[in-house]
Amino acid sequence: MLEVKDLHVTVEGSEILKGLNLTIGAGEVHALMGPNGAGKSTLSAVIAGKDGYEVTSGSITFEGRDVLEMEIEERAQAGLLLGFQYPVEIPGVKNIYLLKAALNAQRAARGEDEIPAPEFMKLVKEKVGFMKMDASFLQRAVNEGFSGGEKKRNEILQMLVLQPKLAMLDEIDSGLDIDAMKVVADGVNSLRGEDKGILLVTHYQRLLDYIVPDHVHVLVDGRIVKSGDADLARELESRGYDWVVEDSAA
Amino acid sequence: MSDEQRFLDRLAERNAQRGDEPTWIAARRQAGAARFEALGFPHRRVEEWKYTDVRDIARNDFVLTENADFSPATAAALTLPLDAHRLTFVDGVFAPALSDLGSLPEGVQVLPLSRALEENHEAVGGPLGRLTGVDFSSFAALNTAFMEEGAVVRLAPRTVVDKPIVLQFLSRAGEQDVMSHPRILVEAGGRSEATLIEHHVGEAEAANFTNLVEEIILERGAILTHYKLQEAPLKDRHIASIHVEQARDSRYVSFNLNLGGGLVRNDLVSELNGEGAEAIYNGLFYGQGRQHVDNHTLVNHNAPRTFSRENYKGILDDRAHGVFNGKVIVKRDSQQIEAEQSNANLLLSDRAEIDTKPELEIYADDVKCAHGATTGQLDEEAIYALRTRGIDEQTARGLLTLAFAGEVMDRVDLDAVSERVELAVAGKLPERFNLAGLVETASAFSEE
Repeated sequence: MLEVKDLHVTVEGSEILKGLNLTIGAGEVHALMGPNGAGKSTLSAVIAGKDGYEVTSGSITFEGRDVLEMEIEERAQAGLLLGFQYPVEIPGVKNIYLLKAALNAQRAARGEDEIPAPEFMKLVKEKVGFMKMDASFLQRAVNEGFSGGEKKRNEILQMLVLQPKLAMLDEIDSGLDIDAMKVVADGVNSLRGEDKGILLVTHYQRLLDYIVPDHVHVLVDGRIVKSGDADLARELESRGYDWVVEDSAA
Repeated sequence: MSDEQRFLDRLAERNAQRGDEPTWIAARRQAGAARFEALGFPHRRVEEWKYTDVRDIARNDFVLTENADFSPATAAALTLPLDAHRLTFVDGVFAPALSDLGSLPEGVQVLPLSRALEENHEAVGGPLGRLTGVDFSSFAALNTAFMEEGAVVRLAPRTVVDKPIVLQFLSRAGEQDVMSHPRILVEAGGRSEATLIEHHVGEAEAANFTNLVEEIILERGAILTHYKLQEAPLKDRHIASIHVEQARDSRYVSFNLNLGGGLVRNDLVSELNGEGAEAIYNGLFYGQGRQHVDNHTLVNHNAPRTFSRENYKGILDDRAHGVFNGKVIVKRDSQQIEAEQSNANLLLSDRAEIDTKPELEIYADDVKCAHGATTGQLDEEAIYALRTRGIDEQTARGLLTLAFAGEVMDRVDLDAVSERVELAVAGKLPERFNLAGLVETASAFSEE
């Protein structure tokens, strides 16, 4: 469903991604790992459409559409959703506002009517319960005053309500204690499906004990230098990244 | 002929038509005219008017009207959907057909000024003009020269008014631009309590001039919540001078909400004269197109242990120009007072402009005062975050704009008013995203 070909990206003049290739098929969970500064977060930011990233060559297609030609919101409406490493606080905008506006925007893009209020409430209550969040979070401003763990849960809550075709989760495990990690992992696992893809961007293997990926890729200096299955992640955990870096340099 | 002379000629015409009136009114009229003539329209060289050019008023030839005809259907659409005691004025003229004073409780008087004068002019003549004299400004002087209609609200001691009192001012579209000089007098007896809603609204094509003077007297322990919802047509000119005198332990809560008008100037002044008196100023101004909205506030802490809290929010789009000047004066020996003031502004366009100036003058040493002003744009990170959830850019901006206004609007506990403001601010956003529906959902959830 997602195809990234020979992607070169520069940020403020320096090249971060240097010919990245990645294909994610329906039903697959991919983990993108790598040392700090390898460009892991850059990939998901470029796919989501963040300003300040210049694609100098290469392509990104999602279900045959040229992602780089789409507006940020069109990407989300098409089912490409990014979960942030550092979710933004949005003072004054209630969580429930955001959820309904986002869901209806997606429905409008598909030519569907707005979700009826009772149906929306039922859906949201169910998902809030699943994420073990208190319903009072819905009335609070998005992420405002939330702890790190609450922010991450909130990101996953949005995913559960919006049901993306491809969920990209950027360091979703950072700052989580073990209980919160389990809740977040359960949330992510519930997003798995035959017609859905997941891209996990992570520095540590820990998360992958809970969300077992089908494919693991190691990103070093702007390129994927090694790919494998879940065993590769475990090997990285015990041996670190240096050997991959050295192998790739050789 | 000078601009001032043209207005004085209109006054002379009007005076020639008038029947006999009490000598004190004629004398004040004369004093007002003389003061207006001496002062002239304010020039931008005067510090108080540095950012506000009133030539659009001065150069116009406004007429007076005596008829209050207004389409009932249009009026109904403009009226706040509230169970209230209501007086309606059309271009300053009392409109009995659009008013409703059927069920005023004991101890409450809500009268058109003309009727209050007929009934007992001396009772009006005492307080009227005591707070806002002809020296306050050219506009106050002009109002005094022309005054003939408006509202008198009196609350007997310990009266708690069951429903809001609405003073509705409708501006009518017509061939000639009309001026009106309403006069409002509120006298709240000891420990009385009321909500007053002053609502300025009108037909979209209207281009009239309203020059309001309002005097509010709060006796010991009285509580008044005063909404001024100004959503006048975008070509209307609106000048308002509001003076509040507060005795011991009284509390005045102002919601000065400005959404409309092409040229708007509000002067809000409080005299905190007794210990424990408290003034709370909440303000919101929203400007688009070439709207000009100027808010000047002044709190005089004349007694020890008096309190003021002020929070004004400005939202300016297109080439709109906002002015905020908030002054707090702590008199000598007014110890242990607390004064807080903040003004935050949001500029939605590169060409919008805000001039903000907080001023503190403190002549006592044991005081707690704080003030601050900020001006910023919408948070681009937040807009990006909303867009990554599929919300289009315009809607994202709209949501964040509403959120900015929200800090003041959260304190409004009259739904009819807050919905009007929310929808007005959101409705002015292009391609808005059914924000009304979102509001409903959010409140439905919290009610469960």
